[in-house]
Amino acid sequence: MAKINLLHAINSALDIAMADNDRTVCFGEDVGHFGGVFRATSGLQEKYGKARCFNSPLVEQGIIGFANGLAAQGSVTIAEIQFADYIFPAFDQIVNEAAKFRYRSGNEFNVGKLTIRSPYGGGIAGGLYHSQSPEAYFAHTPGLKVVIPRNPYQAKGLLLASIRDDNPVVFFEPKRLYRASVGEVPEEDYQLPLGKAEVVQQGTDITLLAWGAQMEIIEQAANMASNEGVSCEVIDLRTILPWDIDTVSQSVTKTGRLLISQEAPLTAGFASEIAATIQDKCFLSLESPIARVCGLDTPYPLALEKEYVSDHLKVYEAIIKTVNF
Amino acid sequence: MSTDFYDDGPVVHQPQFIDGTSVEIPELKILDEGGNTYPNADLPEIDQTLAIKIYKTLAFHRVLDERMVASQRQGRLSFYMTALGEEATSVGGAAALYPQDMIMMQYREQGALMFRDFSLEDFMNQMFSNANDLGKGRQMPIHYGCKALNCMTVSSTLATQIPQATGYAYGQKLQGLDAVTLCYFGEGAASEGDFHAGLNMAAVQEAPVIFFCRNNGYAISTPADEQYKGNGIASRGVGYGIKTIRIDGNDILAVLKATQIARAYAVKESKPVLIEAMSYRLGAHSTSDDPSGYRTKEEEAKWQRHDPISRMKNWMLKQAWWDESQDSALFEQYRAEVLAAVKVAEKIDKPHIDTMITDVYDQPSPQLQAQLDEVKAHVKKYPEAYPFTAGKF
Repeated sequence: MAKINLLHAINSALDIAMADNDRTVCFGEDVGHFGGVFRATSGLQEKYGKARCFNSPLVEQGIIGFANGLAAQGSVTIAEIQFADYIFPAFDQIVNEAAKFRYRSGNEFNVGKLTIRSPYGGGIAGGLYHSQSPEAYFAHTPGLKVVIPRNPYQAKGLLLASIRDDNPVVFFEPKRLYRASVGEVPEEDYQLPLGKAEVVQQGTDITLLAWGAQMEIIEQAANMASNEGVSCEVIDLRTILPWDIDTVSQSVTKTGRLLISQEAPLTAGFASEIAATIQDKCFLSLESPIARVCGLDTPYPLALEKEYVSDHLKVYEAIIKTVNF
Repeated sequence: MSTDFYDDGPVVHQPQFIDGTSVEIPELKILDEGGNTYPNADLPEIDQTLAIKIYKTLAFHRVLDERMVASQRQGRLSFYMTALGEEATSVGGAAALYPQDMIMMQYREQGALMFRDFSLEDFMNQMFSNANDLGKGRQMPIHYGCKALNCMTVSSTLATQIPQATGYAYGQKLQGLDAVTLCYFGEGAASEGDFHAGLNMAAVQEAPVIFFCRNNGYAISTPADEQYKGNGIASRGVGYGIKTIRIDGNDILAVLKATQIARAYAVKESKPVLIEAMSYRLGAHSTSDDPSGYRTKEEEAKWQRHDPISRMKNWMLKQAWWDESQDSALFEQYRAEVLAAVKVAEKIDKPHIDTMITDVYDQPSPQLQAQLDEVKAHVKKYPEAYPFTAGKF
C-alpha cells in the first residue's frame, strides 16, 4: 500500500467519486484548472472536463445555494468552501436550506447528494480567519451530518462515505495535516462508516476523546501519561453529528473518567454537548468531573497561537488532574 | 481564461460617468385594459383551449384566495396569503412552460401549481396541516410543493431559491434535458444577497434558468422606492450580462409571450433570462398585515382598474371564446367546491406523532428515536394536554 498525505487521500476520494458516477460535480473558488488553493482538486478538471469540475465566482452563499439546487436535481454535488472561516455567508443556505430540505417538503425533495468540503482548524499561523473550527455551529442543526477525519486513511474512506450518504454532509478537513499527516491508503475504493466513533487505543484509567487534528495531540498526551503509569483509552469521534453515544458511554462506563479535547473555544463547543450527555448516561460510573481541554473563549490569535491551543501538555496536565481527583 | 474584455468600449479622454438612465428599458404590453390587443403586437402562442385553461385557473385562484381569507377571519385557518391582482404572473408563467420544467416559487405563486392541476384537496390538506398534506403538516399554510408536478416546495426564507434555481438548471443542462427552471421572487427579495449570487452564477455557468421577478410594489409595508434605486430589477439583469425583459405583469398575453420566448432562448442557448413583471399587490402581505397603515385607498383603487383577470375576460369575450353566463356559473361552481373542500380538510386528523422524526435524515438516528419514545411516553401520561395525538398511537 502506498503512503500518501491527507491531501492526496482527499484527491483520490474525489477522483474515485467523479469516475464512479458521471453525475458527480465538484466546484468552488479556484477549484477548477488550478486545483484549489491547497490542490485538493488537482487534475480533476483535466480528467473530467470543465462542466463537472469548475471555478465558482467568489460567493459562498452562491456556492451552497447552487449546490443545493444541483443536489436537489439529482447530481452528486461536492462543493468546496475554501476555508471554514469563510463558510458563514453560506450559513443560511446550509442551516435553513440544506438541513431542512427533506423535512420541510415531507420528503418530496431532498439534498442528500450534497457534500460540503472545507479545510478547517489552526496550527498554520493563520490567525483569526484561517484557523477556526466551526463544527459546533453545524452540530446544532438537525438534518446535517458533520464529519472530520484524523489521517489520510480515514479521510479517503470517510469522504467517500459522505459523498454517497443520502444526507447533506459538512466534511471538515484538518488543513494542518494536509501535508503533515502521511499514512498507508489503499488505492481502491473503500468507505468508513458515518456515525461511528473508533477506539484507537484501549485503556483502563481514563477515556480521551477528540476528532480531526486534535487526535494526534491526545495520542501524544496518552503516551506521556502511560510513562506515568496511566492507561488511556483513546477514541476518535469521527462523526460529530449524529455522534456515537454508545461507543463513548461504554468506554466511560469502563474507565470512569472522560477528557474531551477540541481546538474550538470552550464555551458551547461540541465537547460541552458530549460532557452533558455522558454525565447523564454514566453518572454512577464517573469517578471525576469530565474534563474539557479546549481553545480559549477568544478569537483565534496569531502571535500567541502556541499559548492558545490545547496542546499535548495541556491535555497531559488535565489527564493527571483528572486521575488524581 | 482571458482578460480580453478589458478592451471593450470606446476610449475617452474626458471623464464620462454613466448611470441607469443611460439604459432605457421598454415594457411589453400586448393587451389593453379593455381586452383589445395593441395594433402590431406580437401575440403569444395561444388557442382557445389554452386560453380557457388559463382563464379558469385565474378564476379558481381568485375564488380560493377570497374563500381562504374568509376562513382565516372565521378562525378556521391560521394564516393565508393571497396573490390578488398579480395572478397573471404565476399562471401565465406556468402556462408558457413544459411539464418537465421545474418551477421554484417564492410563496405568492400558487397560480403555477393551479395551472399544473395541483388538486383542491392537496391545497386544503397543506393549509390545514393534516395527515394527508404532502408536506406532512410541517410548514405554515401556502408552503406548497409537489415533486410529481415539478414544483419545488416553498420555504419562508426569501431569495434562497434563486441560487438554487441556478444549480437546478445547471443540473438539467448537464443531463442534456429539454428543460429549464423558472424561479419566482419579488422585488423585495431582489435586495437579498442570494439574488445577486444566483444571477451572477447563472450568467457565468450559463444555466438555463428563467428568473421571474414579480415587482408588485411592496415588500410587506416597504414600497419599491424604499427598496432599490436605479432602473428597477431589470437593470440588475443587464449588469450581470443576462438577457432581460420588462413586461406588464397584469397583461396575461405579455406574461405568456415573454415567458415562451424566454424558455425557447434558455433551452436553445443554454443561458439565463430575467423577466421583470410590473404588477401590484392588491391584497395585504398576508392575513397578519393591514395595508391601510402604509398606503392609500386611492392608490389601491387605481390598481383595481388594472385587474388582470377582468382584462383577460374582456379579451375572451371579444374572441367569442367565453360568455357571461359561463363566467358566473364557473365562479359559483368554484365557490361551492372550495367551501366543501374546507369542510372535509379541517376534519382530517393531524399527522401521526411518528412523523415528528422522519425526514430529518433519510433514516431517524438512534438519538431521534429515543427522543420520540420519550415524548410518546409523556403524551400517554398527560393525554388531555395533547389532544391531536393522544390515543392515536
